[in-house]
Amino acid sequence: MRSFEELKALKEKVEKTMAVRQDKGAATVLVHMGTCGIANGARDVLNAIMDELKTRNLTDIHVTQTGCPGLCHMEPLITVNIPGKNPFMYGKVSPEIARKIIVQQLVNNQPVTEWLVNLDKKTEEK
Amino acid sequence: MEFYRSHVLVCAGTGCTSSDSRLVRSGLEKEVKDRGLEKEIKIVETGCFGFCNMGPIMVVYPEGTFYCLVKPEDVKELVDEHLVKGRVVERLLYHEPDKEVKTREFNEVDFFKHQKRIALSNCGQINPEDIEEYIGRDGYFALAKALHEMTPLDVIDVVKKSGLRGRGGGGFSTGMKWEFAYNSKGDQKYVVCNADEGDPGAFMDRSVLEGDPHAVLEAMAIAGYAVGANQGYIYVRAEYPIAVERLGTAIKQAREKRLLGKDIFGKGFDFDIDIRLGAGAFVCGEETALLTSIEGKRGEPRPRPPFPAVSGLWGKPTIINNVETYANIPHIIRNGWEWFASMGTPKSKGTKVFALAGKINHTGLIEVPMGTTLRTIVYDIGGGIPNGKKFKAAQTGGPSGGCIPAEHLDMEIDYDNLTSIGSMMGSGGLIVMDEETCMVDIARFFLEFTQDESCGKCPPCRIGTKRMLEILTRITEGKGKPEDIKNLETLAVTIKNASLCGLGQTSPNPVLSTLRFFRDEYEAHINDKKCPAGVCQALLTFYIQPEECRGCGACARNCPVEAISGKVKEPFSIDPEKCIKCGACLEKCKFGAIVKK
Repeated sequence: MRSFEELKALKEKVEKTMAVRQDKGAATVLVHMGTCGIANGARDVLNAIMDELKTRNLTDIHVTQTGCPGLCHMEPLITVNIPGKNPFMYGKVSPEIARKIIVQQLVNNQPVTEWLVNLDKKTEEK
Repeated sequence: MEFYRSHVLVCAGTGCTSSDSRLVRSGLEKEVKDRGLEKEIKIVETGCFGFCNMGPIMVVYPEGTFYCLVKPEDVKELVDEHLVKGRVVERLLYHEPDKEVKTREFNEVDFFKHQKRIALSNCGQINPEDIEEYIGRDGYFALAKALHEMTPLDVIDVVKKSGLRGRGGGGFSTGMKWEFAYNSKGDQKYVVCNADEGDPGAFMDRSVLEGDPHAVLEAMAIAGYAVGANQGYIYVRAEYPIAVERLGTAIKQAREKRLLGKDIFGKGFDFDIDIRLGAGAFVCGEETALLTSIEGKRGEPRPRPPFPAVSGLWGKPTIINNVETYANIPHIIRNGWEWFASMGTPKSKGTKVFALAGKINHTGLIEVPMGTTLRTIVYDIGGGIPNGKKFKAAQTGGPSGGCIPAEHLDMEIDYDNLTSIGSMMGSGGLIVMDEETCMVDIARFFLEFTQDESCGKCPPCRIGTKRMLEILTRITEGKGKPEDIKNLETLAVTIKNASLCGLGQTSPNPVLSTLRFFRDEYEAHINDKKCPAGVCQALLTFYIQPEECRGCGACARNCPVEAISGKVKEPFSIDPEKCIKCGACLEKCKFGAIVKK
């Protein structure tokens, strides 16, 4: 390290890769990967989401897998959990749609209504 | 830049390693790779979480799911269910003993909820063999701050005001020690780290060295800046091979990043660190003996004054501090002295790491604010005494310390409260004892250790501890004499006052402390030839209860000295004169008719 600035820069870089160990992210994206989900291509959706987050450097968004919520005919499903709001569940998500959701909802804070499963207006705020 | 969706942390401290955590980790790596998940999931080895009796420990992030007692055979299921399908493997979660509930998350487990982890803050959270992870959690920022924004006197002032006291057991003000060294004149000064943790049952320092070695390196560099030293030595006991390895890796990485060596941060400050290995001598944990050992001589203490801060290694001003003391320094420099001083009691600031051992459910490592009561430690964090037994006493300070009996369970643990009842903080080993522990035997155990480790230089320790041990051994063998207690007390005073170093001076403490609180046990051993706890073999009588005995004769047939007699179908009896107390009869009796008392 030749300077304090160099140290700070390294810290910021590493902090992002370790962000997944922090308790709360800005949001969590749950990819439903029950058998129906996997059969409908949830794995590609997961990979697309991870790739989009990586490209856009959104290191405070956590991505986890979970089981089937029961809406098997709407798979692949993803649920976006933002602290303080009701969950947003999206159905029949393709890798391209997933990327769009990441950009529009997580970056621009607008849910992508045409793919939302729970279309009840009450999902906006708790 | 790497981007993983999940980090799986596996404990690689000595405790979990000895339970095959390495196999768990390599199994995970293989399974993850076989499923093509190695770009999504990062497997990280970390230092000791402290929850040692539940190891091997594995934590999955981002969920924070806390798995314990993980075996290599469990790996496939963990990968299949949790990492691929996102389903938590319930059976491996932590199960609170009296509750139905299994705790999912790391910070919900009772064991961790009551702790305040400062010295241990990185243990279990980072990979200790990756300097970048240390930096990612503000590592080396304290050193940078000291070099850029503070003068050496500023640093000393902050450490003094924080109230940090030596965590190795001495409890001396760290800031004052650094100030003495600063004021000492010398063309060369040294910074030494005492990593020779020798107390039986203590492993606080080991966990810091294995889990967060850079904290020690950074602190030593800060100390060097403060006192004007450019060379540091870490004296680490050879019985800690993992710690030695991790320290070596850490030093190498720090040198590569120019955080050790010449002209650190371009501020004209040089500082480097070398490792020296101990070789199994408890006395080398005593500061002057340790310095003598580094100089290549036999580890023997010398009189003080002069203190090391004035004349230490090779006669030069030297500061020598304990590992845990150093582990607190980066936090104090980064967060300020007020933050540190806001925790603890008026004269004992900050937190203390304790190694819980003995008759307690959650053996392991904990860190709590000074002033936490013994009751909280034993019951809320430690999970109480196993098998429903009663708490009898807790030994603090190892062979130099004393016991705290049940009547003092609500004592707030700090340096001065402990010395007021005849014990001492020591380095933090806390051994819990229940109703089946004999206090005389405990005193004998510690004396046996101290006698073995005495360097032999001064007669009070060399001869005094030998005589004390002889008396204690006789007492436990049923050969106690009426004047024994008085003799023990007289010897204790002499040894305490006249020994050259702390080993000798504190060696009578276990005896004095047990005499103070459990005198009745000594008297029972000496006068009644009985061991109330049922431990001292020579004082036990084996007895056949006539109402339980079926007269089968199995015991008599198995007695090696033919001490049992009786007629078939009538109660048998043991002749106490012939009985050698081997216990064979008790083992053979199918009716539980034979008891020890």
